[in-house]
Amino acid sequence: MEDDLVLEIPTDVRSIEHAVEYVMQRCQTCEAYRKRLRWNFRVGLTEALTNAMLYGNEHDPSKRVRVEVALQNGRLEARITDQGGGFDPSAIPDPTEGENIRKSGGRGLYLMRQLLDEVSYNDRGNQVTLVLRLEQGSALKGGAQA
Amino acid sequence: MGFQVSQNGDATLVEVEGQLIVGNRQELKQRVLEQLEGGDRKFVIDFSSTGYIDSSGLGVLVSLSKKIREQGGELRLSSLNEDLRTLFELTKLDTLFRITDTKEEALEGF
Repeated sequence: MEDDLVLEIPTDVRSIEHAVEYVMQRCQTCEAYRKRLRWNFRVGLTEALTNAMLYGNEHDPSKRVRVEVALQNGRLEARITDQGGGFDPSAIPDPTEGENIRKSGGRGLYLMRQLLDEVSYNDRGNQVTLVLRLEQGSALKGGAQA
Repeated sequence: MGFQVSQNGDATLVEVEGQLIVGNRQELKQRVLEQLEGGDRKFVIDFSSTGYIDSSGLGVLVSLSKKIREQGGELRLSSLNEDLRTLFELTKLDTLFRITDTKEEALEGF
C-alpha cells in the first residue's frame, strides 16, 4: 500500500477523536458516498484505534499506534498497527449470539466487519487493515505525512 | 461533551451531549451508579444531543442496564438518531433495551 497519509499517535484514548477527525477531514468523496465515508469509515477507524490502545498496547502510554491511510482507485484503506503482542481475531465470539448480547464487551471487531467492505489482520494480530470502497476520483487532501 | 442529570418525578434522566465513547464512558457509569446507590431505580438515558456511541459506550449501557435490573430497576433509552439506531440494530442491542423516540415517551411510561 502506497500511503497518502501517515499518523503516529500516543496510546491515549483522548487522542482517538482528534485522530479520526483529522483523517476524515483529509478524505474527499462525492455526495453519494459521503454517508459511507463519514459514518462507516469513522466507526471502523474509531473502533480500530480503541482496540489498538486498550487491548494491543494495553493502555501503555510509552507505546504508539501507527495509522496509514491510502486512497487509490476508489479504494480507501486504513492500516492501524499497535506495538502489542497481537491477538487471534478468530477467537472473538459473535456478540450477537445468545447470551453474548448481554456481555459488555466484544463489539468493536464485529462493528468493523459489519460496516467496512474488508477487514483483515496480519499473522501476528497487531495490525488491522480496513477497506471501504468509494467511487473513482475520491482523494485525500494535502501531503503524505502528519 | 458531558452528561446532564436531572430528576423527573421518581425517574432519573441523563442526557448525553456530544459522544459516548471510550474516553468518557466511565464518567457516565459513575454518575448513574451514584444515583442507583442513592436509591433511584428508574433511569432514562437520552441521546437527542449525541452524535456518536462507540462499542465501549454500548458496553457501558449494557453493564448499567444489568446493574439496574439487579436492583429491581429499569434503564430505558430515547432519541437515537438513524445512525445510532443502526448500531443498536447491528449489535441486536435493540432487543435488550426499551428504546423510545422521545425522552418524554420514556418518562411517561414508567
